Amino acid sequence: MKPYARALIVAALLAGPALAVAAQPQPSPDEFVPLSQAPPGEQIPAIRLVASAYGFVWIVVVGYTWSLASRLKTIEHEIGTLERRGR
Amino acid sequence: MTKLNTPLLFVSGAMLMAAPWVIDAAPYESTMGLVQKIFYFHMPSAWLYLIAAIICGVQSGRFLFGKNRSVDASAVAAAELALVFGLITLVTGPLWARKAWGVWWVWDPRLTSSLLLWMIFASYVLLRRYGGPGSDKLGAGMALFGMANVPFVFISVNVWRTLHPMTSVVPTLPVDMGGPLWFCLTAFLLLFLVLLNVRTRIERQRARIDDLFLAEDEA
Repeated sequence: MKPYARALIVAALLAGPALAVAAQPQPSPDEFVPLSQAPPGEQIPAIRLVASAYGFVWIVVVGYTWSLASRLKTIEHEIGTLERRGR
Repeated sequence: MTKLNTPLLFVSGAMLMAAPWVIDAAPYESTMGLVQKIFYFHMPSAWLYLIAAIICGVQSGRFLFGKNRSVDASAVAAAELALVFGLITLVTGPLWARKAWGVWWVWDPRLTSSLLLWMIFASYVLLRRYGGPGSDKLGAGMALFGMANVPFVFISVNVWRTLHPMTSVVPTLPVDMGGPLWFCLTAFLLLFLVLLNVRTRIERQRARIDDLFLAEDEA
């Protein structure tokens, strides 16, 4: 067999699998797969969750501090009244 | 300590107001992105939740075995703070999980044991408020039981591999993520100390009122 004929056969054997894959039906690049909803990662806006978390922390911290200040004021007023009554 | 309350509260408030800018400057985590920034408030509150539970347990033990009434006041104060910081932890955690895991809640050992611990301290606070005479000793026993749960809550993520990040996350943080974390932890810790001190004072004043009423009745 002549060298060029041998090279042609080797090339055809090597190209075979590639041609077989290429022959498979491939989705067209302009074909979109529809989903009824956005994927979960897209549905959850992180900024709302972060803002809710920080907002909640602030409400609890300020509310509790205010509650303690108010309770302390009431109780010290009560002690003052009792001490005046005791004299 | 009482004299330090106002400056400490001022410093803590200023730090908490600056915290959003400090956190904003921290880099995004590669897989979780923006929602991971909840971590900078979630983790300090979780640590203080456990510290409050330990303080309540230790002071309750001292009250139970030493009969020292003044330490009982700090146990009550710490229990209430455990409720407050536990609530912050249990609310900010699911807000983070919703984006990171796709669900608000999973019944894994860390989350379940944290909720259980919170319920123990909620029961303690309710018992102390509405339990009447004898509730102090019963509450002290309950606080010791609650404190015994703290190590379990802490190590649960390392023993049972769950969705929750492991405790090894914190020591391995890069400097630009660790800096904001320690900043927030300091701010929360200062706030915690002030709140604990004020709440203890309220409890002691309440005991004083009881004494004054008793003295009035005897007179």
